[in-house]
Order: sequence, then C-alpha cells, then structure tokens
Amino acid sequence: MKSMYGDFFFVLASTTDLESESGFWVLQIIGILMGVTGLIFFLGAAVGLVRFPDFYTRMHAAGKGDTLSTMLMLGGFGLVTMEDFSLGSWLLLVKIIAVVLFIYLTSPTSSHALMRAAFEDDEMPLTEKDLKKSKKSVNK
Amino acid sequence: MTHLFAITMGAALFTLMIPVVYRIWVGPTGFDRILGVNVIGTKTAVLLVIIGTLFDRVEMFVDFAIAYALLNFVGAIVISRYLNRTISLNEMDAREKKGGAK
Amino acid sequence: MRIFFPLWIAPSVKYLFLKLLIVLFHHKESVYYIIIFLLLFLNWIVLSGKFDIFHLGLGIVSCVVVAKISQDFLFYDRKKGLKERFNEAWRFIKYIPWITWEVVKANLHVFKLAMTSKGYKEMSPRVVTFKTYLATDFAKFVFANSITLTPGTITMLIRGDVFHVHTMSQFLEDDLLSGGIERKVAEVFEPELLKKK
Repeated sequence: MKSMYGDFFFVLASTTDLESESGFWVLQIIGILMGVTGLIFFLGAAVGLVRFPDFYTRMHAAGKGDTLSTMLMLGGFGLVTMEDFSLGSWLLLVKIIAVVLFIYLTSPTSSHALMRAAFEDDEMPLTEKDLKKSKKSVNK
Repeated sequence: MTHLFAITMGAALFTLMIPVVYRIWVGPTGFDRILGVNVIGTKTAVLLVIIGTLFDRVEMFVDFAIAYALLNFVGAIVISRYLNRTISLNEMDAREKKGGAK
Repeated sequence: MRIFFPLWIAPSVKYLFLKLLIVLFHHKESVYYIIIFLLLFLNWIVLSGKFDIFHLGLGIVSCVVVAKISQDFLFYDRKKGLKERFNEAWRFIKYIPWITWEVVKANLHVFKLAMTSKGYKEMSPRVVTFKTYLATDFAKFVFANSITLTPGTITMLIRGDVFHVHTMSQFLEDDLLSGGIERKVAEVFEPELLKKK
C-alpha cells in the first residue's frame, strides 16, 4: 500500500524530469515562498511591537502579525518536509495543519483575553487622556 | 536544500525575536511583557518544527510543537486571568455610558 | 485475551449492541453523542498515527469515556436536526476563505502602519461601543474572533449584547459600524434572524 502510492507519485514526478534529490520540487518552492512571506509579516509585527505608542496598539501588531506569520511558516515547513507521498508524510502534513488550525482558533482568543484584562484593570483603563497621549505621540 | 532552508529560517526567526525581547525587557507595564512572551511562545512552536527538520525527526517534534502551542495558549489565558482585577459593576456602567472615551 | 472472554455472554452482547444502536438513533438528541465520538476519534487517529488493533481499541475506549463525560460542552442547542447542522457546517466552511483573505489584508495593514511613516501618522486609536443582534454564544464567539482578525479592530470586552471594540482609525470604525461582518456571521449561524430584519 505504502510503496504503491509512493511509486505512483514518483513516476508522476519523474515524468516532469525536474525532481530534486529528496521531495517534490514544486511543493518545496511553494513552501519556501510561504516561509519567506511569513518572515516578512513577522518583521512587520516585530517592528510594530517596538514602534507603536501604547499597549493597545501594540496588541494590534502582535495579535494579527503573529497569527498569519505562524500559519504561513508552519504550512511552508509542512510542504517542504513532504519527501514522499506515503501515508506517514500525509499524516505529518495533517498534523501540521492541525497545529495551524489550533493557532488560527486560539490566537484571537488569547489576544482578546489579554485585551480584556488590560481594559478591566484599574491601573490601565483606556481613558480619554490615554488616547490623547497616544495621538500626540503619533502626531509628533 | 531542506537543511539550508531550515537553518536560514531559524537564524532569521532568531534575529527577528530580538525586538520582541527588547519589548519584554523595557515594557512599561506587565501586560506588554506578557504580550512579548506570548509572541515568542508561538514562534517557538515554529522553531521546534525547524529543529525537527534538522534532526530528521519531524514527526516527533511536531508533537512537541502541539504541546507547546497548547501550553502557550493556556499560559496566556491564566496569566491574564490572574492579573485581572474585576472592577465594580457601577463603574462598568459609568464607562459604558461614556461611550468608550471618544 | 480470548481466555478471559466468557462465551455465554456473546449472544447477549450482540443483542445489547443492537439495542444500543436502536436507542441512539431513536432519540434525535443522542445523535450528537455519536458525532462527538467521531470527532474525538478522528483527533485520536491523527495524533497517534498508528493503525493496529491495540491502539485503535484504546482510542475507542477513551473516546467513549470522554464523550460520555463531557459531551455537553459542544452543540448547546440539541433540538436542531442533523441536516440543519450539516448545512450550518457547510456554510461555515464557505465562510473560512473570506476570513482568511481578511487576515491577509489585516497583516498588510499592520505592515503599512509599522513600516511607513505615512501610515504611522494616520493612526488614531479609539474605542467603539455597539450592540449586536446575534443571539447564541457560539455566534458571538465567532463574531468576536472575526472582528479581531479583520484589519485594524480588536474586541476588548463583551458584556451580554454590548461589544467594546478598539479600532485604529475613523475609516475602520465606520466600516465596522456598517455591519458587514455581523451580516456574514448571521448568514452562517442565524439565517432566520436575518430574514426577520
């Protein structure tokens, strides 16, 4: 069963006559592109995390940039590590997709929990003064 | 090829974690620090998959990544609940009437 | 294993199994028990990755126990039929590509705000408070997560029907208050509520 599928896709890959030593080159190139895109988005999130004026705006950078960049990088690695089309590597891909789905579901939830804790906290309410302060530092 | 890509990705991720560590180091409030720790935690799950590629044991390290992502989520929830001081309902109503500070 | 299994039980086991199946399918609400068991078992297969009888048997035993103990966490409204649920799931699957594209737009927005000085200057944070017409908890959960994933908005606090949302600029606030996301979520989970309006 295992080797049958492997041989089938190996023949399919070798007819294009361009496969590399290990893996299927189209999937590898797509995976590398996804990983690099994820790195670029993470660069945006990291710069935003340093540069934004107050906690709530930083939360925007972290909550959004984190989700997509992690998803893209994990998906890219899932595609790069597809060395053959056997049952084991399909299972690996499904597992990585499960991690991606888990992060897709939980990242907004945890950012909402942090946001709510900060908003309800007595020391850090989002008052008008706070908003003006962050606006002033923006207009500078 | 795969190993070169994995090493490059890992090094780039490590470099990009430095600004986040800066935010943890100087963060004015505790919430900023938790935020940075949370971001680094999700990126560590990615880093575990990269390490698995380098060791050729991805199927083992993906399980670690799942466990780490789970632990990170639960940790963020628990810490935000721990730091949460619930204010009185009257004050909540007052804030709500103000229309959320325009 | 075979030694410990008493032979005189075998016909009655078969009968018990049939009776269990009849009971499960007779009541509309206990179909959810089977659905939850199947979901848990799929999870088990993906995480264990072994297909011999021993591991699958362990999986079946533990999934039955977990589904028995904690089945009321999922599917709050048990009166809905199975067909309705499948329609809902299909509509939710059709909803996922839209929200993924929205996540990409949100990331480009954050990238623009962080990297260019022009985008940084147009940032003016504010808080919006509004009421939703969504009724169930799960719809509210999906709506709050969708707000967090769309560009420039994060849900801060939900109290009953009232949402407090932190937004980045005036333009995004108007976009939020026009109710596009809310209508999309209502199309998925509560189409009859949408028809009333």
